[in-house]
Amino acid sequence: MGLKQNLHKLKEKYKGTKMAPAFNALHTFLYTPNETTHSGAHVRVVDDLKRTMNTVIMALVPCLIFGIFNAGYQHYAAIDNTLRLDPLGNFFTWDNFILGAWTVLPLVIVSYVVGLGVEFIFAIIKKHEVEEGYLVTGMLVPLIVPIDIPLWMLAVAVIFGVVIGKEVFGGTGMNILNPALTIRAFLFFAYPTWMSGDKVWVHGAQAMAGQPDAISGETILGTLAANSHPVYSLWDMFWGFIPGSVGETSTFLIIIGGLFLIFTKIGSWRIMLSAVIGAIAMGLIFNGVVAQGWIQEGSKFYGLMNEPFWHHLIIGGLAFGIVYMATDPVTASQTNKGKWIYGFFIGFMSIMIRVFNPAYPEGVMLAILLMNVFAPTIDHYVVKGNINKRMKRAKHLKAKTA
Amino acid sequence: MGLLSKKDSRLILDPLADNNPITIQVLGICSALAITAQLKASIVMAVSVMVVLGVGNVVISLLRNVIPGKIRIIAQLIIVAALVIIVDQVLKAFAYELSKQLSVFIGLIITNCIIMGRFEAFALANKPWRSFLDGIGNAAGYGLILIIVGFFRELLGSGTLLGFKVLGDPIAKTGLYALGYENNGFMLLSPMALIVIGIIIWVQRSRNKELIEE
Repeated sequence: MGLKQNLHKLKEKYKGTKMAPAFNALHTFLYTPNETTHSGAHVRVVDDLKRTMNTVIMALVPCLIFGIFNAGYQHYAAIDNTLRLDPLGNFFTWDNFILGAWTVLPLVIVSYVVGLGVEFIFAIIKKHEVEEGYLVTGMLVPLIVPIDIPLWMLAVAVIFGVVIGKEVFGGTGMNILNPALTIRAFLFFAYPTWMSGDKVWVHGAQAMAGQPDAISGETILGTLAANSHPVYSLWDMFWGFIPGSVGETSTFLIIIGGLFLIFTKIGSWRIMLSAVIGAIAMGLIFNGVVAQGWIQEGSKFYGLMNEPFWHHLIIGGLAFGIVYMATDPVTASQTNKGKWIYGFFIGFMSIMIRVFNPAYPEGVMLAILLMNVFAPTIDHYVVKGNINKRMKRAKHLKAKTA
Repeated sequence: MGLLSKKDSRLILDPLADNNPITIQVLGICSALAITAQLKASIVMAVSVMVVLGVGNVVISLLRNVIPGKIRIIAQLIIVAALVIIVDQVLKAFAYELSKQLSVFIGLIITNCIIMGRFEAFALANKPWRSFLDGIGNAAGYGLILIIVGFFRELLGSGTLLGFKVLGDPIAKTGLYALGYENNGFMLLSPMALIVIGIIIWVQRSRNKELIEE
């Protein structure tokens, strides 16, 4: 008898007990249940919630692996600047991987253990099956935090995000805000010294601060907000050999992941495209303002406003947010027209917050959370608009026939 | 309770839990968000509201047959305003630092919906003694939530309680801070006060299912 049969037997044994949901969660995560729908007219497709989630995780894995290498690379490159002369040659090395894995994997483990722990507790209290909602969130969270964030802070934030961001609204599928971004926003407002500045993006920078061999790694947005010029080339930014949150630096891999999500029809291309259009629109407006001479070089907005509009797409977390978080099917708009509006404003607001709010150098987190709140309203008016249009047509037809 | 009849004691006890002005009637939220970053401010606010509401209820109750129905709101406003100014002046005289810290929010007690709410709903139709108890009870219910919120926000946000460094010194890194603990800056922002109140509401309603609205 195989493992699957044994698991089925155990499932029967624990049926109806308190621990059943916890056990079932593990069981159906690994195998198809032995009882599936077999009668009546049901729509049967392979992509259930679990499959959807696993697809997104597959799209995230390249970012995670890249993030692991990048964590090590940024650390060693900050100590020895000559490494940056040949990023590709010095990137995929064992040293980078070992250091990166040593720092990144604990984040992944804490995120999953704490998040799933909360889900299990709620499932047992509320006596329902464990929902799969945390699978993607748990993978997103370690990718959008700075590398050196203390693990206990991450644990506190995950508990907050899952309980306040999701469980109080009724669990998976009912949440208004994206849980991963709720977790990041919590960290951002609760422990700002660990979430921004030039000491958190490179492993070891905080510990070595003030010493003779101190290292620092300002993100590109931080550098621009300070009106100075980033030292990285555009290709470095595109490939991702730059400091930043763990998994969001490589625009190249994010585009690959985005295409994969579009191809598998998991992510909405409407949201991704309209968000890019929105970001470009706002970027062009700011470029225009600079070109008109309304903003002088001394202004504190000059650095970010003067940045050519398309650079905004490859720096910071904008691409990562658009591809993996704006497209979250639960918190995004549901109607196609709504998705265009929703996406456009995410891109538009991201760049606006980025430029105008130096305290929050990355705007995509706040922009997505803001539009999450507006998504139901957008849908409401799109649906209402459709109803009105059809009513008009019906009236028109009636008048014709009468 | 020997001092109070059963009916009277309900006037005090009900607003503390099952008919709490903040968590059940959702009144007075504004000040609960604004001044609860520190426990001391919460306590002063709770006491101030108790004075205003207790005395105000009695005054309104005494005048209830004199005030014409059509202008009762403005009459009530004048009474609250007078009481609030007295409280404000007393605070300025005896606790200047605190009154500076509470700044405009003592003055804004006038707009606290709990006060007008109790005047309208209770004092205008009841005798002075019962109105007094009702005022004290509701102010206590309000103050209780304020103090709970203030306790958690000050403890987690600043690591202090009433100004005492109960968790150690964050700069010298003693106590909990030696272990790497850090204050939660989010606790000092108003949104977190709303979330703390939300959690209190959640806990209260899950313990007593009758309180859950349709």
